[in-house]
Formats: sequence, structure tokens, C-alpha cells
Amino acid sequence: MSFNNLDQLYRSVIMDHYKNPRNKGSIEEDAVTIDMNNPTCGDRIHLTLKVTDGIVEDAKFDGEGCSISMSSASMMTQIIKGKKVEEALELAEIFSKMMMGEDYSEKYDLEDVEALQGVSQFPARIKCATLAWKAMEKGVK
Amino acid sequence: MMNKDIKSYFPILNQEVNGHKLVYLDSAATSQKPIQVIEAMKQYYEFDNSNVHRGVHTLGNRATDKYEGAREKVRKFINANSTEEIIFTRGTTTALNTVASSYGRANVAEGDEIVITHMEHHSNIIPWQQLAKEKNATLKYIELEADGTLNLEKVRATITPKTKIVSVSMASNVLGTINPIKEIAQIAHANGAVMVADGAQAAPHMKIDVQDLDVDFLGFSGHKMCGPTGIGVLYGKKEHLEKMEPIEFGGEMIDFVGLYDSTWKELPWKFEGGTPIIAGAVGLGAAIDFLTEIGLDNIAEHEHKLAGYAMDQLETIDGLKIFGPRDPMKRCGLVTFNLDDVHPHDVATVLDMNGIAVRAGHHCAQPLMKCLQQVATARASFYLYNTEEDIDRLVAGLRSAKEYFGDVF
Repeated sequence: MSFNNLDQLYRSVIMDHYKNPRNKGSIEEDAVTIDMNNPTCGDRIHLTLKVTDGIVEDAKFDGEGCSISMSSASMMTQIIKGKKVEEALELAEIFSKMMMGEDYSEKYDLEDVEALQGVSQFPARIKCATLAWKAMEKGVK
Repeated sequence: MMNKDIKSYFPILNQEVNGHKLVYLDSAATSQKPIQVIEAMKQYYEFDNSNVHRGVHTLGNRATDKYEGAREKVRKFINANSTEEIIFTRGTTTALNTVASSYGRANVAEGDEIVITHMEHHSNIIPWQQLAKEKNATLKYIELEADGTLNLEKVRATITPKTKIVSVSMASNVLGTINPIKEIAQIAHANGAVMVADGAQAAPHMKIDVQDLDVDFLGFSGHKMCGPTGIGVLYGKKEHLEKMEPIEFGGEMIDFVGLYDSTWKELPWKFEGGTPIIAGAVGLGAAIDFLTEIGLDNIAEHEHKLAGYAMDQLETIDGLKIFGPRDPMKRCGLVTFNLDDVHPHDVATVLDMNGIAVRAGHHCAQPLMKCLQQVATARASFYLYNTEEDIDRLVAGLRSAKEYFGDVF
């Protein structure tokens, strides 16, 4: 078969994050801890965030899940590090719009996150991609 | 009648998905519906629709005849003694919850035990957890053997004279294991407990004789056996049902209603509060006619063959692990597996792009996933309309998933 459709979902940058996750692990001290799972499929994330003076100083994650959920967590931690809490929340909103296939603000350079755009074409997989972002929103709010 | 033509009874199977002819391998989640069932429900709504048990008019009588006719079909299908023992429910979940809420509340006390197994579906775990918490009773699990079967010695060791309820699936929705319900029922009864059987994965696929099995309660769902969603069955022995209190109150289930007190209708209607699922029952009746005409033994044989063929073919794929018993005669027609290094969601997406529908996830059996040390698994489940060609397509799809993910790794 042709892999064109699949390539839409599994861009090489996604596979790279899946295979070599950034910020994998757990922040041991002064961290906000969020555990979240996707009850319909068993994906699980353990996210730790260190927020100082309104800035996300560090973010690490651990968990189990498919390539989409784990690469999304990796990219999310990468992009929010060093950002203000409001900016992180704004990025979460932008990401949510991207997943719904809606127009979103071009205020930020989305870096690797842009590669997840194709997920919006696979409704069953959107929840995989948004898990880490939901955990982050819960953690910084 | 078990041949390729059987697919032609299922209009939904005649379509392309993502540019490929659909291969539906998710019947353990819900089965597809033959034209006979769709037509029976259409006919009911177009000609007979009315409320049951009240109309003096002709349509009311026709609807009642069809609804009660379906009950008789169910009785015959599981060889119950009388239609008083057949209660229509929303599905297996409601059936099991009814037993826990009504029989359980009345018969389980502090210090008593409820026994289930590690291979149960959430719907045969949580009602008992809730009951155990409410009554301060103990919920005990029968451990599984390494191949995902039950060992009767362990069953004997777990059930004690303190046990009031034993509830076990007749066939596992993950491992496919067919359990020795008759033998477990004997052990339960010898200890003074009642035996509840979760028939959700058994009723569609094999002959069930409740009198021979001597189970006290049995629940199953219409939608997994070619019938519509929203209809299921609770079978209970009359001696129990007679003493049990209804759990839903309202119209249809009453005998006499006073200002401060009411009395209930006789069996089975006292458990069917509100306007029942009439069209659903009609559809289930048509599904039973369809399955009976083909023959449950023929269906079971077909599925054992498919399970054997599937396991033989799947094992040719490097890094593929199959869960549950290897002997196809010990399992119903489903195979749960994982492919090395490829998460089951990713497997399911690649297969979907090839027009093949499988289930990926925890299959509503989180405790079992923990036993298997898997976060999630992929499951291909077969029914009477599946063929060896479908399995060949699955295997080819899995090979392409491996190829795709192998490339990037």
C-alpha cells in the first residue's frame, strides 16, 4: 500500500520525538505534579512542572502511550520551557484549535509542534495528542 | 450455510473504507446486523408500533405479541424453564447491576465474600466492588494460569462457605478463554453461593443451556449477537427472581398503586419498569432466528477454525505476541496481541488506513491488563461473516505496520 496517508500522521519529526523523547523524567524538587490518563485507551502521563515567578522554568514527563501521545508530550515540554504561564496556556489553546482543524493565532513559532497538525485528520487520535497539554493546563492553572 | 455468502446478509460489510474493501474485525465490541434484523425492526416501526400491555386496540396487541414473542425466542435460545425467568434489560451491564443491586443487597452481609476472576470485564467487576464496599464484604479474585485459563483447583481454593456470589465470564473479551462455568457453578453451589455468568462474549458464539450449566443468573447483550444496541437479557432462576425486589419503579411494573404503598406485577414484568425496549426486543428475536437457522454449533466451529488459522498466521510475524490459550478449542473467535515496538493505537491506525477495523486499548479490563503487564493491546475478533481472507488482510496490514514503523526506527 502507499504510505502517503500515514505520513500525514507520522511525520519523521514525530517519530524522532517518540524515539528520543525530550525532557523525559521527573523533577524531584519544588515541582507541581500532574498525573493524567486517557481512560478509553490507557495512555498515561506523569508531568512535573517547576514554575517560578510566573515562568515555566522546567518541565519533564514520564508515561506510557502511543507514538502520538508521547511525542506530543515531548514537544509540549520543549516549547513551554522558559515561557510565561500565560504564554503556555495560550499555546495550549492554539494547540487545541490546531487539533480541531480550526484557524489559530500565528503569534508563536510552534517549532516541532507544527508536525502534529496532521492529527486533526484522524479524529480517533486527537485525544492521544491533547493528553499532555491538558495535564500542563491543569498544572499551571 | 457457513460460507462466503453469509457476508451478503450484512449490507454494512459491502463498502470501502479508506480506499479498501472493509474487513470488520471488531465484533467482540459490537457485531454487525444482518438484513433480517434491520427489516424486522423496520417492519415493526412501519406497521406494528404501539405501546405494550395496555392497548385495547389492534396495534397494541400486535406490539405486545411481538415483544412477548421475542421473550419466548430468548427462553428457547438459552433453554430456560419459563419466560418468567427472562427479563429484558439494556444489556449485560444492566443485567449484572440488577443482580448486584437487588439480589446482592438482600443476600450479602458484612464479612461475606463475593468471588470473581482476574479476567473480568469492568461490568463484572465494578458492581461487585460497589456491593462489597456498601456491605463491608470481601471481593476475592481467582488467579489465572499463565496461559490465561482458570484452574479448578484454584477455583475450589478461593470459594468458601462464606462466599455468597460467584460471578465469572463465560468467555473472556480479551483472552478469548472459554471458562468451565458448569464446574464452577457446582463448586459455588456446594459452598451455598449463587452462580452468575457473564454471557456477553458467549451468547453470540456458542450454545448456552442454562439448565444444564445450572447457573443462577446469566446476562448477555443483543448487539454482540447480530441484534440492535440497547437490548439485553437477564436470566434468573424463578426461585431467586420471585424473592427479589425491583430496582426500577414506575409504569409497566406495578400491580396496584396506592398513595403510600404499591405492589408489583408478577414475573418477569416487575423488573421492567417504564415502556420497554420493544423494537430492540423484536430485533433481538430476529437475530436469534437468524443465528438459530445457521446453527450455534456451526458458528462455534467456524470461529474455532478462524482463531486457529489467525494464530498460525499471526505467529509468522516477528515480534508478535499473542495473549490467552494457544489451543483454539479453548477460546472463542478473538485474538489479542501486541506487536513489538509498535503501540496498539498505531497498529490500529495503520490497519484502519488499510480498511481493517480492530480494537486497540484496554478493552474495559484494566485489572487484566495489569496481570498481562500491558498498558494496552490490539484485538481482532471474528464472527460468522469473517473468512480466512479477512485474516490474510489483517496479517498483510500488520506486516505493513511493521514495515512502516521499522523504517523510522
